[in-house]
Amino acid sequence: MAKVEKKRALNEERLRDFLREMLLIRRFEERVEERFRAGELPGFLHVAIGQEAVAVGVCQAMEEGDIFASTHRAHGHTLARGSHPNNVMAELYGKLEGISHGYGGSMHLYDIERGNYGANAVIGGGLPAVTGAGLAFKLRDEPRVAVAFFGDGATNIGTFHESLNLAQLWKTKTVFVCENNHWAESTPGWQHSPVWDDMSKRALAYDMRAIKVDGQDVEAVYEAAHEALEHARGGDGPVFLDVETYRMHGHYIGDPQVYRTKEDRENAANHDPIERLRDKLGLADDDFQSFDREATEIVDGALEFAKNGTDPQPEDALKNVYA
Amino acid sequence: MPEITYREAVRDALGAVMRKDEDVFIMGEDIAEMGGSMGVTQGLLEEFGAERVRNTPISEMAIVGAGIGAAMAGMRPVVEIMYEDFLTLSLEQIVNQAAKHRYMSGGQIKVPLTIRTQGGAGWSPGAQHAQQLEAWLVHIPGLKVAFPSTPEDVRGMLWSSIYDDNPVIFFEHRLLYPVKGDVPEEIEPIPLGKARVMREGTDVTVIATGPLVHRSLDAAKAAEDDGISVEVIDPRTLQPLDEDALVESVKKTNRVVVAHEAVTRMGFGAEVAAVLQYKAFDYLDAPIERVGAKFAPLAFAPVMEQFVVPHAEDVHAAIKRTVGK
Repeated sequence: MAKVEKKRALNEERLRDFLREMLLIRRFEERVEERFRAGELPGFLHVAIGQEAVAVGVCQAMEEGDIFASTHRAHGHTLARGSHPNNVMAELYGKLEGISHGYGGSMHLYDIERGNYGANAVIGGGLPAVTGAGLAFKLRDEPRVAVAFFGDGATNIGTFHESLNLAQLWKTKTVFVCENNHWAESTPGWQHSPVWDDMSKRALAYDMRAIKVDGQDVEAVYEAAHEALEHARGGDGPVFLDVETYRMHGHYIGDPQVYRTKEDRENAANHDPIERLRDKLGLADDDFQSFDREATEIVDGALEFAKNGTDPQPEDALKNVYA
Repeated sequence: MPEITYREAVRDALGAVMRKDEDVFIMGEDIAEMGGSMGVTQGLLEEFGAERVRNTPISEMAIVGAGIGAAMAGMRPVVEIMYEDFLTLSLEQIVNQAAKHRYMSGGQIKVPLTIRTQGGAGWSPGAQHAQQLEAWLVHIPGLKVAFPSTPEDVRGMLWSSIYDDNPVIFFEHRLLYPVKGDVPEEIEPIPLGKARVMREGTDVTVIATGPLVHRSLDAAKAAEDDGISVEVIDPRTLQPLDEDALVESVKKTNRVVVAHEAVTRMGFGAEVAAVLQYKAFDYLDAPIERVGAKFAPLAFAPVMEQFVVPHAEDVHAAIKRTVGK
């Protein structure tokens, strides 16, 4: 197991920015929950409340030109990589101004300009493509890295194993970020994997470098991600980032979580990455509230933007089928 | 005009494109030193090296999926799935990913990936090495599907498929690899979506794909002795389908046989028949005949295998039925 070297110590200002970013994601998703429950949003939605430090830590460590593929729980990754909250919210409302122009929705957020190669609603579905993009960067000798986000539930599907094997075999410029929140929908880790409490063992089986990190500590995530990205960027092969995190809410909005004990939910709530960073920074209440207001205002603006967005014409459904 | 085999024609197209374009590379099982299980890629490793001619593990999902990612990142990969029976292993990546990235992104990205595969009965490989599954893929919006039947077409259409900005499933046929045909000296790209009239006739139109093109040409000759003039058309691209060319022919002949090696039931021919009855209803003088495999997996014993798959005689019999002979 590699030790994370503290070679990129973050200054306080940068950490404050991380806090603001995490707060924005939190308030954004809380609002999405609220609007969904109010019946305003079509389809169904998954929030990643509790996992904001993973999104912000990894995405802040990425460089311009890096790409990533996300999961059905993609709002955080997308916002953290710089997509405008207005366009993300507009997508959830199915508007043309949405980042996928209304064709994707919450589970298919794309923003190619910012390296977002798509959130994927098939578990493990994006892993082979991230391997292939990492191969392309290697073949073209480009200093770019392809990053895959996925949950612990994805470690049991064939694409995961085929992708890790191929990536390591070919030393593709890929980083696999396993967001281990110990839940595959309603199935706890111990029911779905013999290595549920140490997913890095999966990587070791493919002789892939693994870095284990506390996913509630954004600084630690950032440092581990930076190290993984530079390893892959330099052509030294892919890295498996084993991130322990907590899903504070249900699988989907409205999930009554009958499968989960009260203790488990309380335990997750006690591992709030935002509270953790706030304590670490020793942030005064006034400062925190000012950050919070700022996040809320951005989300208010996004909601306003989305609601006033343009509805697609029905026949727009026939566009974009072929290039 | 030089004469080359269908196998050589595929290799010729791959080599020519790779010589021209650094962004094209190929990967698949056993395609490097061995030159592919059908010998199609022989010699390419020596010319282009192991970076661009990549042997893969037996990982169909990753082969297709890595092709998707490399294509999204701006390259033009050509991946090989050894047998189309094994396409089933990669269907998730083909159907949910390759076909839909452009659409789900609202047109932000393209996936210029070519997936070559082959299949076909007639050599007793049994039920898992000879299926014709093109009907599964033509049903998916976002995919293009090619199925050329001659050396000239396979060469020109593979070129076009690689340079198409969409994912293309490129079907080759096991029994066609040794078939010879004249090709132009220089590769002439053949656009996707254009049918070819293989033989002109006035009484019956046979719309055939893959090996059934050749069997239908044989049947057409036999029908000539019965005094029936048969036109044979190869759609060549199944998606998009050149409906106009088919309709035009039917307006001339008023009788149709649709023939493919795949199972008849729910096959590609069913869609062709539906298109024609709708677009050329007033011109049809007889029910549209369909020729294809019987509704059974492919047995090992040659006598059973041959019973299931369609032959020239089956096409001939269908032609005669359409003219009431």
